[in-house]
Amino acid sequence: MPLNFRTYHELTDPDRSGLPEQIGAQRRRVAERVAGVRQVVAVLSGKGGVGKSYVTAGLSRAVARRGRPVGVLDADLNGPTAPRLLHLPVARCTLRGDAIEPVVNAEGVKCFSMGLLVEDGRPLAFRGPEAESHVWRGALEAAALREFLADVAWGPLDLLLVDLPPGIQRFQELADLLPAPPAVLVVTIPTPESADAVRRALRAVHDRGAPCLGVIENMTGGPFAGDAGDSLAREFDTPLLARLPFHPGVHAWDALAQRLGSAS
Amino acid sequence: MKFLCVECDRQMAFEERRLPGDGTLAAAFKCPGCGRVVALLTNPMETQLVASLGVKIGGTTITAQPLETVRGMVTTGRDDAFTDDGQRTTEGAPAWSAAAQERLGRVPGFVRGMVKKIYADYARERGIAEITPAVMDTARAELGLEGM
Repeated sequence: MPLNFRTYHELTDPDRSGLPEQIGAQRRRVAERVAGVRQVVAVLSGKGGVGKSYVTAGLSRAVARRGRPVGVLDADLNGPTAPRLLHLPVARCTLRGDAIEPVVNAEGVKCFSMGLLVEDGRPLAFRGPEAESHVWRGALEAAALREFLADVAWGPLDLLLVDLPPGIQRFQELADLLPAPPAVLVVTIPTPESADAVRRALRAVHDRGAPCLGVIENMTGGPFAGDAGDSLAREFDTPLLARLPFHPGVHAWDALAQRLGSAS
Repeated sequence: MKFLCVECDRQMAFEERRLPGDGTLAAAFKCPGCGRVVALLTNPMETQLVASLGVKIGGTTITAQPLETVRGMVTTGRDDAFTDDGQRTTEGAPAWSAAAQERLGRVPGFVRGMVKKIYADYARERGIAEITPAVMDTARAELGLEGM
């Protein structure tokens, strides 16, 4: 005779493990920590090598020069570059109460990055069974992103720029963790290949209901031919915020910061 | 996950958790009706998946430490990555036996500060005057500190 037993949702007694409650507490901690941030903006692309981190750093410094409190969360856990791009001082991360203080550069940009934690020249490696590590590694990286949001004392910020690695996975994790999907800045280079990859990412952003603040075309005027910035802006009805040459000057960054201020 | 005593048609209650230190986890669940106890045994990959979510089977009584998962799981962290602001109270702080200090000294610097605080908080909350390796073992199991 087959067993007739109830299913998970039919068992409603209090559960000491309370795993859903533990997850809920994690989410609340993120929400409380970013409550003082006026706007979280994810800097993303569908493609690697287009200069997301470079744009994030240049933009954040320009925003700081305008007197607005700004932070950079380096979400590229495996290839962190924000500490070097922002010229962060070599410093230990200070634990204060229930949070870690972000490191602040000379212009006042607050930053937190795996690059501050992992030994120089070594990869980000986790304790755990090596066999089938692909099963759990993604979950651990998402947990690290959650802790960078929840456990860093970001304080009141006008803008928290989240520098994402190539692809769309980390954006989806970020959107899962935040109380609402973040606004998005999209970086591309002019080529049609870049447009193809960024288009996929923008579609995912759109499907997720995240607002797109605009497109930044980077590395213009050089060997990369095409009009990816214009075509993506037209296709997704979003502004082309800037065309940045290979070595943009201070005025180019300041103009971008000003346009972003208007767009957001 | 939940466990059902099919005979009694009752949800079983979490009873005890053990961390043998080999990456596995054992948790016992007891039927409040008939008293039957079953054990959940997870292999290292399953244990890792749970740890990756930053949750603890059986729940936890201690407040999460900042960057707890990162500090507990990253093996390539810098020994000197963190510094404490020194504002933590030493009032009522438990003593550390020589053996416990020696064991704590084997914990990588990246995570040592957090581990020390967790054990100290555990001892303080329970009125334990001296932390010994036995206290650390008990705390590990009670708090679900796999690998610490």
